[in-house]
Amino acid sequence: MSKMTLKTEGDTHIVVTRRFAAPPEALYRAHTEPELIQKWLLGPEGWTMPVCISDARPGGKIRYEWTSGKGGGFHLTGEYLELEPYGRIVHVERMHLPDPTPDNQVETRFDPDGAGTLMTMRMTLPDAQTRAAMLASGMEHGMEASYVRLEGMI
Amino acid sequence: MSHLDAAFSALADPTRRAILARLAQGEATVIELAEPFEVTQPAISQHLRVLEEAGLIARRVDGTKRPRRLVKAGLDAMDQWLAIFRKALERNYDRLDDVLASMEPDKGGETR
Repeated sequence: MSKMTLKTEGDTHIVVTRRFAAPPEALYRAHTEPELIQKWLLGPEGWTMPVCISDARPGGKIRYEWTSGKGGGFHLTGEYLELEPYGRIVHVERMHLPDPTPDNQVETRFDPDGAGTLMTMRMTLPDAQTRAAMLASGMEHGMEASYVRLEGMI
Repeated sequence: MSHLDAAFSALADPTRRAILARLAQGEATVIELAEPFEVTQPAISQHLRVLEEAGLIARRVDGTKRPRRLVKAGLDAMDQWLAIFRKALERNYDRLDDVLASMEPDKGGETR
């Protein structure tokens, strides 16, 4: 039984839910403090995030730069729109691959769930085509590497 | 990935999703497929062409009819790709579990 759910909603949304043992405050910090973000928001094995800018206030900038360590890399930019410690974050983001992808507006909620937290991340893409392209190409660059690895495991 | 790209783009249209849902119940002709929609038969034929090019449906010759059916391999490829996407997210959140645990050494006390 997986703890995570991933589903599409309507024509333009993607909704991800996941339960965590930690309280909402810890989740909120791990999503907004650069030194914590750099430890987990990495995608495939072997990738690192040498640059992480997260100015957690309305209008504050976001910039994540990832590298494969083998010459591959890309970055994401965005802005925070709303922050409600420790329950809700709304931000907009786009990947640069290297052309920027259409803006993805993301609402992340942290709701108390027993001793832990239920995280609900709701992405809103500008239109159905963009969502389709996003699901098709994968949100994280370098996922083809994990695709190959997975194929090797099957 | 161009084939998968075409498959996901094909699914971005609600009429095409409805056509696939209908075909999931079994083979159907263009006339049967056009029935529930308020669009012309040529418009349906265009949707069918997109689905066919994306490898999601195929046609069969039956006299003057060309019944369409789902192609399982095409749908399986999409499922597989979504599974990989899921896996990358799950890997991130598994790492986040560890980060959260290290933030609160007083909680739980279990080691991994």
